[in-house]
Amino acid sequence: MAIDSYKWLPGSFANYYRGLPLQKAEPLPWTPLVKPLEECCFSLVTTAGLYVKDKQPPFDLDGERQNPFWGDPTYRTIPRDVKQGEIGVAHFHINTADLEADVNIVLPVHRFLELEAAGEIGSLAPSHYSVMGYQAYPPNTDEWENHYGPEMAARMKEEGVDAVLLTPV
Amino acid sequence: MPVLARVIEAVGISTVTVTMMPDLAERVGVPRIIGLEFPFGHTLGHAGDREEQTKVIRDALRVLRDARQPNAVEHLPYEWPDFERWKREWHPSEPAPIIAFLIEQRRRARAAE
Repeated sequence: MAIDSYKWLPGSFANYYRGLPLQKAEPLPWTPLVKPLEECCFSLVTTAGLYVKDKQPPFDLDGERQNPFWGDPTYRTIPRDVKQGEIGVAHFHINTADLEADVNIVLPVHRFLELEAAGEIGSLAPSHYSVMGYQAYPPNTDEWENHYGPEMAARMKEEGVDAVLLTPV
Repeated sequence: MPVLARVIEAVGISTVTVTMMPDLAERVGVPRIIGLEFPFGHTLGHAGDREEQTKVIRDALRVLRDARQPNAVEHLPYEWPDFERWKREWHPSEPAPIIAFLIEQRRRARAAE
């Protein structure tokens, strides 16, 4: 069974993505999971444009409005004890109403706390991460690759993270 | 997002990516991919549906545990009801600036023909 990756897009956008000449990154990095899930420490990453209200600035949507060809490449750290009411969302490219009601559809901190309590995973790390998925047109993820990504990865290592769930939106 | 998965995997952390566009992820190269036909902004399921979200997460954990080579892909068969409604509803209430720009550019090009 193969799913349709372009099912939700209007026809012209579906054709754009189908026809994009893409080069596969080779060789792909590979880290086998060497521990049972029940012993692994997890961190979560999403592209949903989440931030913690009153503690962090939103992603720079004014900048994107002024220059539609640019997207804010920074990231926000979301703590494991974040409450739904503290979650803010800054993302022009999706309807954010449902994730303002339930962050777990894109950053499942509360589901992972349940799995931790049930012993299905070892632990949920203190820190989780959100970027805002629109990275310029044509797409340019150099800042993620060379700056912010390595910074997030280093903080994960410091927190003893073994495995990461990524959920683009 | 593919680049973040690769950067994290490269420092010695195993990653699994759940996406509604697994074809793109596979073509650019992502260590472990779960594909499913959920609308944009709803990667793990419906808001408030704890059972559905947990089901997808457990599938992701299984692939994380069992995948044996890079660019491993598994597609999940879960269906999202009300396609016609959600095809409209995942969109923001007003188009993103770049989308508005591209639509206007296309409109002008057509008008000039």
